[in-house]
Amino acid sequence: MEARGLTRRFGPKTAVDGLDLEIEPGVIYGFLGPNGCGKTTAMRMLTGLLTPSEGSARVLGVELPGRAEPLKRKIGYMTQSFSHYRDLTVAENMGFTASVYGLRGRKARARIGELTEEYDLAGLAAQMAGSLSGGQKQRLALALAVMHRPRLLFLDEPTSAVDPESRRGFWEKLFDLVAEGASIVVSTHFMDEAERCHRLAILDRGRKRADGTPQELMDALGVTVLEVEGTDLRAARRRLDGAAGILSAAQIGARLRVLVEGDVPEPEARLREAAGLGDGAAIARTRPNLEDVFVSATREQAA
Amino acid sequence: MISPFRMMAVLRKELLQLKRDRMTFGMIVMIPIIQLLLFGYAIETNLRHIPAALVDQAQSGLSRALVQMVEATQIVDFTERHMTAEAAERAIRAGHVRAAFVIPEDLAGRLVRSPAVGMDPPPATDAQVSRPVAQWIVDGSDTTIGAALKSLRNMPLTELFRRPQNMSVPTFEVALFYNPEQRTEVNIVPGLVGIILTMTMVLFTSAAIVRESEHGNMEMLINTPVRPVELMLGKIVPFLGIGLIQACLILGLGRAIFGVAIVGSLWLLLWGGLLFIAASLSLGLVISTIAKTQLQAMQMTFFIVLPSILLSGFMFPYEGMPVPAQWLANALPVTHFLRLIRGVVLRDAGLAEIGPQMLWLACFAAIGLGIASLRFRKRLD
Ligand SMILES: Nc1ncnc2c1ncn2[C@@H]1O[C@H](COP(=O)(O)OP(=O)(O)OP(=O)(O)O)[C@@H](O)[C@H]1O
Ligand SMILES: [Mg+2]
Repeated sequence: MEARGLTRRFGPKTAVDGLDLEIEPGVIYGFLGPNGCGKTTAMRMLTGLLTPSEGSARVLGVELPGRAEPLKRKIGYMTQSFSHYRDLTVAENMGFTASVYGLRGRKARARIGELTEEYDLAGLAAQMAGSLSGGQKQRLALALAVMHRPRLLFLDEPTSAVDPESRRGFWEKLFDLVAEGASIVVSTHFMDEAERCHRLAILDRGRKRADGTPQELMDALGVTVLEVEGTDLRAARRRLDGAAGILSAAQIGARLRVLVEGDVPEPEARLREAAGLGDGAAIARTRPNLEDVFVSATREQAA
Repeated sequence: MISPFRMMAVLRKELLQLKRDRMTFGMIVMIPIIQLLLFGYAIETNLRHIPAALVDQAQSGLSRALVQMVEATQIVDFTERHMTAEAAERAIRAGHVRAAFVIPEDLAGRLVRSPAVGMDPPPATDAQVSRPVAQWIVDGSDTTIGAALKSLRNMPLTELFRRPQNMSVPTFEVALFYNPEQRTEVNIVPGLVGIILTMTMVLFTSAAIVRESEHGNMEMLINTPVRPVELMLGKIVPFLGIGLIQACLILGLGRAIFGVAIVGSLWLLLWGGLLFIAASLSLGLVISTIAKTQLQAMQMTFFIVLPSILLSGFMFPYEGMPVPAQWLANALPVTHFLRLIRGVVLRDAGLAEIGPQMLWLACFAAIGLGIASLRFRKRLD
C-alpha cells in the first residue's frame, strides 16, 4: 500500500495534508498522533470511504480515488466508535456480518465458532451488543472486522477503552493475525502501543512529521535527553518554558525530563543555567524513548 | 452482481431490529385501527344538526309550527333564541351558531301568498305581493354548511296547512349504483386503506437509511460488500408483509363495523395492494436518502402525506380539482391506488379496468427503488 500526497480538506480546514506513505505487507503500521491530527480521516481515505481532495493512493492494487468496491472484501475496518448494531445480540451481529460477507451455512457457523472461541465471546453470545462493556465491545468489533480474513486491517484506536492487561492480549491477537499473513494499520495515541508497531508514522495537524521503525526514530532523534533530580522542580520547570535550546520539559515523579536541542554544545551547562538549578541538583543523560520522539517531532514543526 | 443472499442478510437484520422495537410494532396494528375508527365515524359529508339561532318575531302558532317543520329536517338544531336579527348576527360572529332563522312579524300574510304553500296561484310576479316567508342568515365561510342550508330554500310548506303535497314529477330520475343509501363510510373505508398505508409505509422507510447513520452503523455498513440495491430491497421487503397485514385489518374491520363489503376479486386486490405498498415504500426510501436526520425524514413524510389526503380523491373528488392539482395528484401513488381499490371493492372492477393503475404503481415502485439505490453512495462525503 502506498499513498502520494494524500490531502483532505473540510471547508477551510485541512484535516490531512500531503500524506506520503509506503506500507509493506506483513507489518503492523502505526499512526501516532494527538487528537484531531487526522488519523481517522487518513484511514477513511485509505479505505475508500472519503474521497481525497488531492493526491492518490494504491491499496492492495486498487487505485484510490476510484471504484473502491473490490477493496471491500479484502480489507477489514474497525471504526473508532462502535459501529455494529447495539440492538442485536453478539451472536446476531456475527451472523449478520458473516452473511454480508457471503459466508453461508456450515462455513459461516465454523468461522463464527472459531472467532467466538478465539475472542472469548462465548459467554456473551446472547447479550445485546449495546450492553457490552467497552473492552468487550472492542473484542467483538475486532472479531467482526476479521470475519472474512481480510488481508489488510485498519484499526482506529482499537484499545482506547481497554485495560493494560487486555491490551496485551489484544496486541497478541494482532501479532497472530500478522503471522497468518495480514497487514495491519493501527492508530493510537498510546506510546507503549506505538512501540509495538513494526513501523510508525507520527502525525501532527494533518502532516507526517516522521516515520520509521520505533528504534530508528529513537536513534535518529536529534536531541539530548536529560533527567534532573533535585528540589523545587516545579519552579525549574516554569523557568524552562520558552528558554533557548530547550525543546520541552516534563515532570515525571521526582524527576524532570528535559529535551535539549542536539546542536547545543554543552547541554548540561545550558540546562543548569536556564533552569537556575543549584549545585544540589543532579543531571544525568538517558536514552530517548518514543514519547521524546513524539514531543520533539511535534514541537520542531510548530516552532 | 446482486446477491439475494446478502439481501436476505439485511432483511433478517431488519426483522430482528423490528421485533425488538416494541413501539413500532405496536404502531403497525394500532395506527390502522384507531384511524379507521376516527375517520369512519367522524367524516360525514351529509351534514346534520348544524347549530342555529331562532329569531321569531311573529310569535304565533304558525311560526311555531314552521319552526317544528324546519327542525324535523334535522339539518339544523335551534340552540339559541334572540329577539332581533342583530343579536343573532352577533351570535354567528361569536361562532356559537352557524346560521340564524329570522321569522318576520307578517309571517301569516306572507304565507298566504307564498307559492310554497300552494293555496292560490300567485297573483303576480310582483316582489311586493309574493315574498319569501322567512329569512336565513348563514355563516357561508364553510361551503358545505352553506350548501346544506341552501337546500332548505325550496322546502315545501303545504303541510303547514295540513294539505297534501303537490306531487310533482321530477325532471330526472337518478339511480344510485354501488352506494344506494349514500353512506359516507362506503367511500371512506377503501380510501382509508390508501391513506393509512401511505402514512405508515412512507414513515417507516423514510427513516430506514438515516437511522443507520444516526446510530453510527453506516461507517461499518458501507465497508462491507453489500450493494445499495440489496440494502434497499432488504429494508423494504419486511414492510410488504406489514402493509398487507394493515390493509387486511382495515378492510376486515371496515366490513365488521361499517358493513363495507368487498364485491370484487380478492386476488386483484392483493396484487394491487402489494404494488401500492412497494411504491409507497420506495418513495420512503428516496426520502431516506435525502434526509440527513430522522426529524428531516419525518418532515418530508408529512410533505407527502398531506397532499395524499387532500389531493388523492380521498376527501374531495379528483374530478372537481383544477387541472394543475390533478397533475400533482397523479404524481402521488395513492391517487392511482384509490381508483384501483374503490374500483375493486365497490364496483367489482376487473383487470381490464384497473390495469393502467397497476402499471402506474409498478412504475412508481421501480423508479423509486432505482432512484434510492442510485442516490445511496457508499461514501461518507
Ligand atoms: N466530516 C468532517 N467535517 C469537518 N471537519 C472534520 C470532519 N471530519 C474530521 N474533521 C476535522 O479534521 C480533523 C482531523 O480529524 P480526525 O477525526 O481525522 O482526527 P483523529 O486524528 O482521528 O483524532 P482523534 O484522535 O481524536 O480520533 C479534525 O480537526 C476534525 O475536526
Ligand atoms: Mg480518530
